[in-house]
Amino acid sequence: MLTIWAILIDGLIYASWLFLVAAGLTVIYGVMRILNMAHGSLYALGAYASASSIGWYYASGGDQLWIAFALLASCAIVIGAIAGFIMERGILRLMYGRDEVLMLIVTFALLLILEDLMKLAWGTTPYFAYQPYAALGRFNFGVLSVSGYQIMVVGVSVVVGAVLWFWLERTRTGKILRSIIHDREVSEAMGVNVRRMFTMTFVIGASLGAIAGGVTAPIISVVPGIGVEVIVVAFAVVVTGGLGSITGAAIGALIVGLARAASIHTMPQLELFIIYAVMASVLIFRPNGLFGQATARKI
Amino acid sequence: MMRLQKTEISLVVAALVLGLSPLISPDWLVFTSTLAVAAALVVMGVVMLMRAGLISFGQGLFYCTGGYAVGLGGRFLGVTDALALVGMGILATVVLAMVLGLLLTRYREIFFAMLTLAFSMILYGVLVKSHGLGSTDGFSVVNWTILGYQPDQGHQSATGLWLAIVLALAAALFLNRYFQSSIGLACEAIRENEVRVEYMGISRRQVLYINYVIAAALGSIGGSLTALTAGHVDPTMAYWTISGEFVFIALLGGTGHVAAPFVAAFIFILVRTYAVELFPNSWQLILGIVLLLIILFLPKGIWSLFTRTRRAEA
Repeated sequence: MLTIWAILIDGLIYASWLFLVAAGLTVIYGVMRILNMAHGSLYALGAYASASSIGWYYASGGDQLWIAFALLASCAIVIGAIAGFIMERGILRLMYGRDEVLMLIVTFALLLILEDLMKLAWGTTPYFAYQPYAALGRFNFGVLSVSGYQIMVVGVSVVVGAVLWFWLERTRTGKILRSIIHDREVSEAMGVNVRRMFTMTFVIGASLGAIAGGVTAPIISVVPGIGVEVIVVAFAVVVTGGLGSITGAAIGALIVGLARAASIHTMPQLELFIIYAVMASVLIFRPNGLFGQATARKI
Repeated sequence: MMRLQKTEISLVVAALVLGLSPLISPDWLVFTSTLAVAAALVVMGVVMLMRAGLISFGQGLFYCTGGYAVGLGGRFLGVTDALALVGMGILATVVLAMVLGLLLTRYREIFFAMLTLAFSMILYGVLVKSHGLGSTDGFSVVNWTILGYQPDQGHQSATGLWLAIVLALAAALFLNRYFQSSIGLACEAIRENEVRVEYMGISRRQVLYINYVIAAALGSIGGSLTALTAGHVDPTMAYWTISGEFVFIALLGGTGHVAAPFVAAFIFILVRTYAVELFPNSWQLILGIVLLLIILFLPKGIWSLFTRTRRAEA
């Protein structure tokens, strides 16, 4: 019984982290049909930005928790937005209209570039920003102890998911985006500025990745290479749920998160394996993921 | 008897020239050349898939399988013959690819790319967790022999290069014919429009399946050769960034000619040898920028530079 509770709680915590990481990836793919391999690097960028800003804040004598959180969020969002803007306007724009697979390679090139730029900017020594994590303390549920920060991550994830859903389903901009997804040419003919919408989507997607990194920074040690590890997991989540669907990403995150927690508590040696096993088994039965839509084939 | 084509004669000549190089070139260059030939074999598999319109970000799976087959065969089965070890790698890989191919031939574009990536990451995850096999450190490969001949310390790298050249020449000659065969041409047709290929009575899944399995076998040979040359295997062979490097080399060379992967692999391995030493923290940066430049300005790879000038002369 205890194991089941532990699996549920750990699974929920991991799932909400997964959703945060995967949300930006699925938004960008949904609207622009670009699978952004550099998403992991944006995550790392956000982590570096918030870790170094929090480190600086506490080193210069600050002790206000809310300022630390404000710094964490704003630094991550700003750096993600700037990087996203440069990537979209500077490079991706030159490549529109080419193969979807070629865009994958373009974003792979961006990943390589960003990885090294981060090494040049922040060096290879790890950054720590444990203070916000420590400040929120731990909560006890019976014999299980969960850190307050992890609970906050669940909250952040729910808020991000709700805001994204509202934005896409209930606002004018969201409606325009859905019209672009449905038929780009007709939307353009109706006066939608598709290029501007693309820039906006990419900037938002990139900031989402950076926020995920910023929120994670206090939990981990920020070192080179964290982004490269994240992208594969994020992709597994997004594909399980169906590429381009927010609901899909949430369900995918829950399934993968619970599966991983179950494996950690029962068969720890299968931890890495289980994520991809879930993805492969979903894809065998539903090639477009749980919530994905099949596309028509060209004749 | 088939007539020898011009390409085939040039391939044999190039192989002979490269085979003579250990007589004059220093040991490190022989070592580097062997690694380049091994990488080119894997890249040929990537190119085969690319010709069918599929990009694999998981060719490291077969590269690693080939490498570990060599390592495990020597360690647990006591096999020391290099050819037998390479053969075991091919066997293991073909069985694996025949199973995975059943699933993967249903997918295209990014789904194919990311599923291949996921499968190679599964192998990576399994290897990292197997402490008996050295976990992330990997383990050493036995001192190998070839057909009963034990190369002594000074000759090991040259023997390795010759073995690589013979295997690569065989693979290149085969691929040259393969690309002109009906199945090779069907792959290109599938890239252009697979529904029409079905209308013509060709099973696209069958074509892609055979293509995928052969590409996997090439990847395995490359991995085995790397393991024999480097004398060591570790799980990073299956990590997805290694597969990304193979895609990079394939794009660098282009899909136009069987020799293109070899030229590209030599450039890549040589540049890497220097760049990692000179700019350890910006080597990937250079890689990424070059990749973008190739996609923008040389979409058919550096091989198109040669063909373009030749056409201009004619």
